[in-house]
Amino acid sequence: MTHVPPFRLPRGGRLIDRSDQLGFRFDGRHLRGLRGDTLASALLANGQMMMGRSFKYHRPRGPVASGAEEPNALLGLGQGGRFEPNQRATTTALVPGMVTRSQNCWPSLDADIGAVNDWLSPLLPAGFYYKTFIHPRPFWKHVFEPVIRRSAGLGKAPTDPDPDLYEQAYGFADVVVVGGGIAGLQAARDAAAGGGSVTVLEQSPHWGGRTPIDHAGGQDAIDALLTDLRAMPGVTLRRNCMATGLYDHGYLIAREALADHDPNQGIPRQRLWRIRAGRVITATGALERPLSFACNDVPGVMLASAMRDFIDLHGVAPGQRIVVVTNNDDAYRTALIAADAGLDVAAIVDARPQATGDLPQAVRDRGIEVLTGSAIAKVKGRRHVEAVAICDQDGEGKITRTVECDAVAMSGGWSPVVHLYSHCGGKLTWDDAQALFRPDPDRPPLGADGQGIAQAVGAANGDLCCAGDLERPEGATMPVWVMPARAPHKLRAKMWLDYQNDVKVTDVELAAREGYASVEHTKRYTTLGMATDQGKLSNINGLAVLSGALDQPIPATGTTTFRPPYTPLTLATIAADARGEAFQPLRKTPMHGWHEAKGASWEPVGHWRRPYAYPQGAEDREAAVAREILAVRKGVGTLDASTLGKIVVKGPDAGRFMDMMYTNMMSTLKVGRCRYGLMCNENGFLMDDGVVARLSDDTWLCHTTTGGADRIHAHMEDWLQCEWWDWKVFTANLTEQYAQIAVAGPQARTLLERLNGSIDLSADALPFMAWAEGDLAGIPARIFRISFSGELSFEIAVPAARGLELWEKLHDAGADLGITPYGTEAMHVMRAEKGFIMIGDETDGTIIPQDLGLDWAISKKKADYIGKRAQRRLHMVDGTRWKLVGLQSLDGQVLPDGAYAATDQVNANGQRVTEGRVTSSYRSPTLDRPVAMGLVRHGPARMGQVLEFPMPSGAVMKARIVDPVFYDKEGSRLNG
Amino acid sequence: MAEHLARISPVTDLGMIALRGDLAAIADAAGMAAPDRTGIATDGPRSLAWMSPDEALLILPAPQTPEAVEALTLALDGQHALVADVSDARAVFDVIGPGAADVIAKLAPVDAAAMPQGHLRRTRMAQVATAIWRIEGGFRVIGFRSTGDYLGLILRNAAIAGSGLAPR
Repeated sequence: MTHVPPFRLPRGGRLIDRSDQLGFRFDGRHLRGLRGDTLASALLANGQMMMGRSFKYHRPRGPVASGAEEPNALLGLGQGGRFEPNQRATTTALVPGMVTRSQNCWPSLDADIGAVNDWLSPLLPAGFYYKTFIHPRPFWKHVFEPVIRRSAGLGKAPTDPDPDLYEQAYGFADVVVVGGGIAGLQAARDAAAGGGSVTVLEQSPHWGGRTPIDHAGGQDAIDALLTDLRAMPGVTLRRNCMATGLYDHGYLIAREALADHDPNQGIPRQRLWRIRAGRVITATGALERPLSFACNDVPGVMLASAMRDFIDLHGVAPGQRIVVVTNNDDAYRTALIAADAGLDVAAIVDARPQATGDLPQAVRDRGIEVLTGSAIAKVKGRRHVEAVAICDQDGEGKITRTVECDAVAMSGGWSPVVHLYSHCGGKLTWDDAQALFRPDPDRPPLGADGQGIAQAVGAANGDLCCAGDLERPEGATMPVWVMPARAPHKLRAKMWLDYQNDVKVTDVELAAREGYASVEHTKRYTTLGMATDQGKLSNINGLAVLSGALDQPIPATGTTTFRPPYTPLTLATIAADARGEAFQPLRKTPMHGWHEAKGASWEPVGHWRRPYAYPQGAEDREAAVAREILAVRKGVGTLDASTLGKIVVKGPDAGRFMDMMYTNMMSTLKVGRCRYGLMCNENGFLMDDGVVARLSDDTWLCHTTTGGADRIHAHMEDWLQCEWWDWKVFTANLTEQYAQIAVAGPQARTLLERLNGSIDLSADALPFMAWAEGDLAGIPARIFRISFSGELSFEIAVPAARGLELWEKLHDAGADLGITPYGTEAMHVMRAEKGFIMIGDETDGTIIPQDLGLDWAISKKKADYIGKRAQRRLHMVDGTRWKLVGLQSLDGQVLPDGAYAATDQVNANGQRVTEGRVTSSYRSPTLDRPVAMGLVRHGPARMGQVLEFPMPSGAVMKARIVDPVFYDKEGSRLNG
Repeated sequence: MAEHLARISPVTDLGMIALRGDLAAIADAAGMAAPDRTGIATDGPRSLAWMSPDEALLILPAPQTPEAVEALTLALDGQHALVADVSDARAVFDVIGPGAADVIAKLAPVDAAAMPQGHLRRTRMAQVATAIWRIEGGFRVIGFRSTGDYLGLILRNAAIAGSGLAPR
């Protein structure tokens, strides 16, 4: 008999528009399909049954299913940034101009070199990689893994950025029905009748599921339901929307396809729905199971339901002559539809001893031969089906006859789609009569109130005949896990369970023999169900085979865990809008644009961008930093300090509260004055620092570090709301209300006085650590005389909207003074020259203020402050704690930040014992030599001693312990 | 090309005063009705919004702000209260148009379409904190000044033509 490849039928195809031809490409060939085709149906219509090769053995493969469960027909789709691997041909709608290519084959789908693996398959059993590549040990990392990695994986990852748009949206509904088949639509109608909002999600572009295909009058019944639903208030019907996962509290994630593979629409390609559902009804239907007979993976062997989908929906025949093999009545529908379409049905091979139901009778009435008690011993053919060898099901595979055919429709029964129900804890129960796992209504996923949040209906609930009056009575399904029942090893070794990962019956049996009794272990050992289809077809068959091998009932084996997503989500859909400029919110100060225009080199600080330095011309960052420092030390500079946290604390108990928050005494601070303060956590560790100003009798303003603003505000509110709820204190985080500018350098006062303000800036009126309020250059301002650089310095806070105005006025007025904007690095270096600590440099979450010689900032008078008790712990008062010192490099080289000082001793692990580390290290432009600080064991008591810092190169750097204040020890420069 | 779902316009003439203390006393001092929990009460050009059990936000025309801060401070003198001008700490956008609720629903975990008039929702939009309430023809969104560019960008992205949430 001549083989007939798949073809378009002259009639039929409910979803296609024969007048609308669409061109597309497959592996470079120009082909034509019809509007309404899927890629799979369009390829079949072009005679293309083979659509890919399997992962391990590179076996030729055609589509086995017609939906989301398809393991074989995975294609690379699109070009450039729109290329996507592993797209299921069965669920991808054909779009004009589509460019597709087959995967996992080289040089081509037809002549694939990797197929040699198939001839070697007896040498590649389950666990082959684990067993073979374990010795010699180092080879795994350096030889085996790189080679295996290169040959692993199905599709290739795209290399260009995805140019499409994606978005997400939040949805709310009292009831969400997942699945727009007859059971889902009926459940939606029932739910909507009770009032409230009901959303129905259907993954495909069409309503009705299998009903229009499987039942006469099915489409009318669906249309009637849709008419009812559309007239009901509160009902939303959403197609092309796949529910991918159900999470705690009825949080349902779904993916809506808006403009898949059609960038011309200019709208987001996909939308990720994040839905809060009061209750979820899973009407997700069931998936047909393959049968395990030898060579059940030859292209042309497909699920019976898939075959009738292709015929009925797309008018595509898989061949001219068909054999149906089944263990149930449902598959007889395929024979009827195929016969109606004018195809030859050569025989029905039914594993059951008898088939006497309505459907088998209807098939017999057409004159189609029904072979009961029979099985397929083997499919003949390699790239396409040539014939099937028939044997008795209750036997060892002795061939009784051979039937020539082009295609085989198989049905091993149905498995309810229980994924969503299981995702967040719903349990399954084994239905022995139907041989399937279905949701256990007594153990649903639970909500916060202990009630079930999900309920399964229809086929998803194991009610396989859920179309009511449309149903015809069906005979019982007979479980068939291996065909024929006592097939010898040679046949079982060609029975595919997992098509994509090439896991066969013998692999699972081998795993069982080798002690893999747990289904989860067997899964990982054999890779059963680990492919992109996540075992939608293979799981039940595989665990049934495992149960057989372990000689235990199927429920004792159980299932593997169902995890979201139901089908793969593209990462872009999860990221949605968070890409490019919207990837992350950038926080910008009021002067951000000015910095940008001046070519600032940015430093990320939290979500802020702060100027690190302002390089000019050919200057590099290091040169810019040095120039900025010298400009400040010799003249005047400005720093954008707007990012510093500014928290107001007010109330009758504010003083008491401030004394608890800070290690210093803050309640005694005079109005108009500032004090540098330290904040510790309950464990005594230094967590933040900054200058506190007392604004009035009952009001303090706390400056925090840039990164600390939100954290410290939350810390304060935490204590006020949870511990000291009866204290009368209010806080407000006013960080963004003010722009703050540090004006530093010997010319700072001269500059500010040029701006004509109402504030007396003289040293008498505004001494160091004082503040005053008034206006400056016509802008309401608060001026703090504080200094982080060691120079005469003012920090000026003005309303944020006027920050840029003040900044520009300063620069206009200071041009002849050489006014220079300086960045964070100049600030860092200048504070290090002065021996000032920096949170995050000198501290790392394990440092207490005493380690840093900050005892002067710790009140001895106060009964308590947060961290006080912790600082009395033995380890905290241990005299050997590393303490802050200055480090003077002996050879003039800058010590690497973080370098460790080592002693001559060696610990139990053979490592050098350390005695200190570098916490800050810079080349000081002011002093023209390196300056560094570090934490050193007994440091302050060891002034003048030399430490050794071994370098990774083997060299040793040496540094002398010195006072950490390198510049202007007397502090005379503070006064200009 | 179809219309955008909504027009996104920055609002720059709003003053805002954060008020902490007893809400009845605050409302009294502001000369406004006290807002219900999660509510926003509007009287002429001024609105008073409930922010927490002890915090309200007075929203008013920007030029009136300094005077109002002074008056409120005076009125609440002697009571445990905090008055702070936060006008400059904010970025404000109006989202106006037939698809305004869709724009909100894409960014905030809020049932925007069901949000009643007179309700202020403190929430987030994508990655930043915001507060949202209904105004004539759409919604008003306030966020923080430093992330104003981001907020404007994500609002415009969410409003692109043809991307309405109605099932297609």
